[in-house]
Amino acid sequence: MSKVILTLGDDVSTDVIYPGRYMATVLPTETPQFAFADLTDFNAKLKAKQVPPGSVLLAGKNFGCGSSREQAVSTLKGHELVIVAKGFARIFTQNSVNLGLRLVEVPDLEAKDGDELEIGATEVVNVSTGKRFRIVPLPPARQALIDAGGLIAYTRKRLMEKK
Amino acid sequence: MGKTVVEKILARAAGKSAVSAGDVVEPAVDLAMSHENAALVISQFHEIYKGTGLEPTIWDPSRLAVIFDHRVPAESAKTATNQKKIREFVAKHGVAKFHDIRGDLGGICHQILPENGYVRPGAVVVGTDSHTTSHGALGAFAFGIGATEMASLWALGVALNVEVPATIKVVVKGALPDMVGPKDVVLHLVGLLTSEGANFRVLEFHGEAIRAMSTSGRIVLCNMSVEAGATSGIVPADAETLRYLKEEAGVTDPVQPVLPDADAVYERVIEIDVSRLEPQIACPHTVDNVRPIGKVAGTKVHQIVIGSCTNGRFDDLEIAAGILKGKKVAKDVRMLVFPASGRIYTRALLRGLVADFVQAGAVVMNPGCGPCLGIHEGALGDGETALSTTNRNFKGRMGNPTSDVYLCSPAVAAASALTGVITDPRGTAAGGAR
Repeated sequence: MSKVILTLGDDVSTDVIYPGRYMATVLPTETPQFAFADLTDFNAKLKAKQVPPGSVLLAGKNFGCGSSREQAVSTLKGHELVIVAKGFARIFTQNSVNLGLRLVEVPDLEAKDGDELEIGATEVVNVSTGKRFRIVPLPPARQALIDAGGLIAYTRKRLMEKK
Repeated sequence: MGKTVVEKILARAAGKSAVSAGDVVEPAVDLAMSHENAALVISQFHEIYKGTGLEPTIWDPSRLAVIFDHRVPAESAKTATNQKKIREFVAKHGVAKFHDIRGDLGGICHQILPENGYVRPGAVVVGTDSHTTSHGALGAFAFGIGATEMASLWALGVALNVEVPATIKVVVKGALPDMVGPKDVVLHLVGLLTSEGANFRVLEFHGEAIRAMSTSGRIVLCNMSVEAGATSGIVPADAETLRYLKEEAGVTDPVQPVLPDADAVYERVIEIDVSRLEPQIACPHTVDNVRPIGKVAGTKVHQIVIGSCTNGRFDDLEIAAGILKGKKVAKDVRMLVFPASGRIYTRALLRGLVADFVQAGAVVMNPGCGPCLGIHEGALGDGETALSTTNRNFKGRMGNPTSDVYLCSPAVAAASALTGVITDPRGTAAGGAR
C-alpha cells in the first residue's frame, strides 16, 4: 500500500521538479537534494527522510513536460517516489524507463493527499474510497527495458552480445 | 499506403522497406548532439562499460556534436570543471564537431548545427535537449532524449525502442501580416493544440505560409513544437531548404529531400489561416496559455529578453533593432539581447544592429542560452515580470518561482521595451510603439 504524500496539478514541468539553477549537478547520487527545490516545505521533508520510499506523488496531465534534463528523474528516483498521474510527457517517460523511476498512468484517477493506494499491474485501488481505476500499460518495448533492469544494464547486455 | 516524411526517414534509418506509425524500430542515428549535459552522458557512458572488460568506444565520433551553450562562460567552478572534463573527453575520442566557448564559432546548439551544415534533410538527429525538434526545419527527424539514452547511443549507434510516431499535418494558409511572424504562428498553434495535444506525435508543416517562410522562421515552428508535446516538428525540404544549406550553411555535396506521399496517412489535419493573425502572447505559467496581444497589452514588465534558440537569429535581431533604432528603452526596464551564435553576433555587429541596441539602452550579451532557463544570468527579482522571445514560461523558469514570464515575438519584445508595458508593434510607420 502506498500513501499519497503530495498532490500536484497539470503540466508539472521539469523546471518545477528540478530547477534549472541546479543543473550543474548531474550525478544521480547528488541530485536528490534538489527535488522540488522551490516547494521548500516538501523539499525539506524529503531531505529529512520524512517521506518513506514508495510514497505516491499524485499529478494531473502532462507530468514532466519541458526539458530533457534527466536530473528531473534521478532526483525523484533517489527518494524512491512513485509517480501516479493522468499523463506523462514523452521525454520524461523515456528517461523514467531508462533509470527505473516507477510511473503509473491513470487517466481517470480520483485521489487526494493522505489516501492509501494499492497499485496493481492493471489497476489502482484507492483504498480510502474503495474506487478502482484502470492503468494505461507501458508499450511492450519499454517494458522490456524495465525488465532488463534499466537502460545501462540493457545496453551492457547488447554490447556483450555484439562482442 | 502512403507514408509521412518521418515514416520514410525511419524506414531508411532502420533498414526496412517501410514502417508505419506504432511500429517499434532501432534507427541508426546520423547526428547525436549534447551540450554541457555531456558531463552526465560521459559518466553514464563509462558506467555502461563497467565490468565488461571492453574499452569505452564511441561508435562513430564523426556523428557526435558537442556544443557549450547553457552556461557560457561558466558561472561557477563546478560548471567550469564539467566543461573541462567534456573538453578532455572530446579531445581523447576525436570528436571534431565540438564548439567551445568562442566568439567566432560558438553559440547555441540549435543554431550551430544548422548553420554549420551538420543537419541534412532525411537525417535522424537526436540531442540531449528537448528543443532538438528545431532541426526538423531542414526536413530531418530530430528529437530530444535523456543523457543515459545518449550514453547508450554513443556505445551502440542506434536509438533504442523508437516508436514510429503518428503525424499531425499542419497546413498554414495565407500570408503573414506586417509585424506578425513565425513566433506568433507557433504560439497560436500551441494554444490550439494545448501543452500535451501533440504528445508522442510529429507535426508536419505544410501550406503557402510555410513555403514562403525562411529557414530561420521554420526553425521557430519546429523548435516550439515540443511545447505542444510533439516528438518533433518537421518541414519537408524544398527550394528554400536547399538555398539555406548552400548559401548559409556552406553545404556543397548533393542533398536528397525526403517528401511525404500525396496519400500519406495522417492522424489528423489542422488548418490555420494566418492572414488575420494578431501578435500572440503566452501568459504565465504554461506555454499553451496563449492570448492575442489585445488581451494583455498594458501589462507592466521589468525585463525584456530577446534571443535564444527560438528567436536569436539575425532576422529576429533585425526586426527588433528596426523598432529600437534611435529610441530609448523605457527607464524602469532592463533589456537583454543575446544572439544565437557568434556568426549572428558578428553579422549584427558589422551591420550596426549591436550599436542600435546598445545606444537604445539594451545590454547585448554573448551568444548562449542566457537568461532563458534561469541558470546563470538575467534572473528575475521577487514578483517581477519578464517579456521574452524564449520558449518556456514555466514557474521558476527564469530563476525565480515568484516571477512571471510572458512569451512573445521579437517585434512585440522590442515595442514593449520602449514603453515598459506589453505593447502591440503594429500601427506606426516603423512598427515603433510611439
